[in-house]
Amino acid sequence: MAAIEHSKPKKRRAFGEVPGLGALAIAFMMFLYLPILVLVVYSFNAGNIVMVWTGFSTDWYARAFANEDIRKAAINSLVVATSATAIATTCATLAALALARGGSFKGKGATVGVITLPLMVPEIVTAVAMLVFFSNIGLNFGLGNVILAHVTFCIPFAFMPIRARLDGMDTTLEQASRDLYASDWETFRLVTLPQLMPGVLAGAMLSFVISMDDFIITLMVAGAGDTTLPVYIYSMIRQGITPEINAVSSILLLFSIVLVTAYWFVTRTKPDGKNR
Amino acid sequence: MANLPSNPALRRTLSLAPALGIIGIFMLIPVGIIAVFSFLEAKSFGGVVWSFSTDAYVQLLYERALDDSLILSPGYLIIIWRSFLLAGIAMLCCLVVGFPVAYFISRQPLQHRNMWILLITIPFWTNQLVRTFAWIIILGRNGIIEAPFHWVGILGSDDTLGLMYSNFAIAVGLTYTFIPLMVLPIYASLEKLDFTLVEAAADLYSSKWEAFSKVIIPLSKPGIIAGCLLVFIPSLGAFIQPDLLGGGKNMMLGTLVQFQFSTARNWPFGAAIAMILLAAVVIFLMIYARAARGQQKMELH
Amino acid sequence: MSVAQAAALPIAERARAAVELDNVEKTYGTGKSAVKALKGVSFDIADNEFFTLLGPSGCGKTTLLRALAWFESVTAGTIRLFGEDIVDVPTYKRSINTVFQHYSLFPHMSVAENVAYGLKRLKKSKSEIEATVADMLELVKMTDFAGRLPAQLSGGQQQRVALARALAPHPKVLLLDEPLSALDLKLRQSMRQELKQIQARTGITFIFVTHDQDEALSMSDRVAVMSAGYVQQVGTPNEIYEHPANRFVAGFVGDANFIDAQITSPVGDTVTCRTKGGAVLQADARNLLEGQRDVTLFLRPEKVKLAKVGAATVDGEITDIQYLGNSTMMQIDIGEAEPLVVTEPLGEVDQRLRQVGDRVGVILSPSALQILVE
Repeated sequence: MAAIEHSKPKKRRAFGEVPGLGALAIAFMMFLYLPILVLVVYSFNAGNIVMVWTGFSTDWYARAFANEDIRKAAINSLVVATSATAIATTCATLAALALARGGSFKGKGATVGVITLPLMVPEIVTAVAMLVFFSNIGLNFGLGNVILAHVTFCIPFAFMPIRARLDGMDTTLEQASRDLYASDWETFRLVTLPQLMPGVLAGAMLSFVISMDDFIITLMVAGAGDTTLPVYIYSMIRQGITPEINAVSSILLLFSIVLVTAYWFVTRTKPDGKNR
Repeated sequence: MANLPSNPALRRTLSLAPALGIIGIFMLIPVGIIAVFSFLEAKSFGGVVWSFSTDAYVQLLYERALDDSLILSPGYLIIIWRSFLLAGIAMLCCLVVGFPVAYFISRQPLQHRNMWILLITIPFWTNQLVRTFAWIIILGRNGIIEAPFHWVGILGSDDTLGLMYSNFAIAVGLTYTFIPLMVLPIYASLEKLDFTLVEAAADLYSSKWEAFSKVIIPLSKPGIIAGCLLVFIPSLGAFIQPDLLGGGKNMMLGTLVQFQFSTARNWPFGAAIAMILLAAVVIFLMIYARAARGQQKMELH
Repeated sequence: MSVAQAAALPIAERARAAVELDNVEKTYGTGKSAVKALKGVSFDIADNEFFTLLGPSGCGKTTLLRALAWFESVTAGTIRLFGEDIVDVPTYKRSINTVFQHYSLFPHMSVAENVAYGLKRLKKSKSEIEATVADMLELVKMTDFAGRLPAQLSGGQQQRVALARALAPHPKVLLLDEPLSALDLKLRQSMRQELKQIQARTGITFIFVTHDQDEALSMSDRVAVMSAGYVQQVGTPNEIYEHPANRFVAGFVGDANFIDAQITSPVGDTVTCRTKGGAVLQADARNLLEGQRDVTLFLRPEKVKLAKVGAATVDGEITDIQYLGNSTMMQIDIGEAEPLVVTEPLGEVDQRLRQVGDRVGVILSPSALQILVE
């Protein structure tokens, strides 16, 4: 007997499938990326009014690179981000190790609470609080103030991936190391740290991105000569919109996108070395 | 070879000291100072006078007339109202768009899912200021949206649709900035959701809507609540979006705080607003903590 | 329905078929990458029958179950439920309920709410829902756990709730997707009995999917053995075990020895054949096709009797002995391609007398040696 073919089209949706969601998801992606695309496209606009397209040109990039203030702000940003990342990642690694491998102790929950506090307090509150603090104790290290502020809010961002990595790590490896006559320090250096490195790297990258992007806290804390790139861009926007802002912004965007993508691939390696 | 302190408690304390010290000194103490300042008297041109006063909080509701009597003044209440309203609108927009998108992604094959999530994550980590600035080009006078109206002559050269410098522009900016924070936690709950539960619902005579409302929604509730808070809280205290897109008239709490410290130089008043903002955030975080506890009960095994 | 029930339902019974499958096909993907999961599946399941789909993973049994529940559409063929074509009737309108492999209890609802779920969707009255939930919980002995959340129950308890939930709407057919596979051995065995009793008490047709032959044989009225998308054989447990339709069924349901041989002289009910190793054996001729010369003989290990050397059909040497508690399993080299697997119950012979290397006589009776249809 031949199989009875159904005359009706057999394309039938599974129960959980909802029509039109794919289109919505694509529209959503356009919503996310179109503004960025517009920004980049207009950075190549020849004219000096941002919104009127007059032709293709890379002049604005040339101008941005030639601009002494922009260069100085960019260097400040890099100095701040690098120092803040180094300090924050070190502090975060030590704290994560103490919390994950230090046994249980009174106030452990509160400790985690304090470390993640900068994530919960609204940025603007942190910003004015630091402004008041620095000006009241008369602390004035110039860029040092900015670095201290950045270290503070970068610590939880560095802490989270490191802690997650530590929690996912197999503690029996450390026990095996001690079983094979390694001291605590040797175990840490030869077993724990190499395994933890992807977490540390991820934490460092996240700190770096956060520090590079920060605007409001830097705006409040930084003195006149200690402007970072986002703060400089803000002052440019205030003065009037030119494609030069687009050019600088595009460079900053590209920088973040590269870092975030790198971060993504670093965190996708699980402690057992396999890719997720 | 380095020697680690042999006492584990000492070692632990030394390891925790730098992180706790830095956050304690540069975060906890400053916020404490702000809390104290909100109960002091203002010195003109910035700073405080060390005498107790609730003026800063009174000032939110009342204006002091020349004869020292208090007159109800809605100005600051309107700013508080606008902050909650716009944060709420942004949250709803994010939810309405974010949930279906998260659901769609969770139903894709694993490889595609990771790609979608990466694409959603990237804009979130790129500079907020720059991404908000992009909306000036889109919504502004003669911007991407208005330009066609000018070309065809619907709008005269001096006319504008008035999209920029409005509550609308702020809401768009907030939604745009924070929507990844809605999609990601909802996606995380939906991805964990065992889809055979939806089949079980269908097997037990649920229509699509019933399967959605009785099974999918309750089981993704933790993600929905997390997403709503992650959008609402930063929106409530936002500075960049109201500052760049709202213009001078459409202040929110974040811009008001900044204004008090940098321009109006009324530190106690600025501190009081900051405290109100902080209090609101703490309340919402407590709601979240409760919701998370409820979830744990379901997963207990 | 008795265990001795014949494979094909009598004409009178056919009218009361609960499920009729007619040439059901399922293809995943299209073009070159198309995979056929079901190929021309046709059989009937009688009302009030405990019917089992048995087969290894990937054989199509779960696809067939999902097609019955409509989680999966079929590519061709018809499925009738009590005479009504249900191919295009969606899940939530079919009077078929499922007990899921991993129970799939709603984690945010209590036991009672889980059991009431389907009844509420069917808009039953409040009093009816309450009464049915109480009955069902009593049926599965879970009355004391009504207020618990699924996460607070053991695997066996979750299993019972899943069963109560699926039975509560009193479906015409209940599908059970390897429901016992996640339980430990002891629990699995007691649940077998209980499932059988519940089926008898409720009078609902059960379609049970499993890869476990013991489960299939011990619980079912009839079994469909599936492999590679085809139904290999439908029959009572006895028929399937004693008279497997082909080599796959013989090998999958229980242990089996296969001996290649050539027919030398057809003689009525039994035939004489010569094996590759040179032995001359008498075998049951019922499956012999006309003109067939090359055959595979099939023999269950427990049907072999051992005797002294020279006093049996063939002689052989014991090459391996495994002690199994209630019996002993031996491998005996009788000069064929594969050694013969033989099980001998304990108690009949003093097992200590058997040693690897011993020579024994092997009795292969004609009734135990069957010709297999390839």
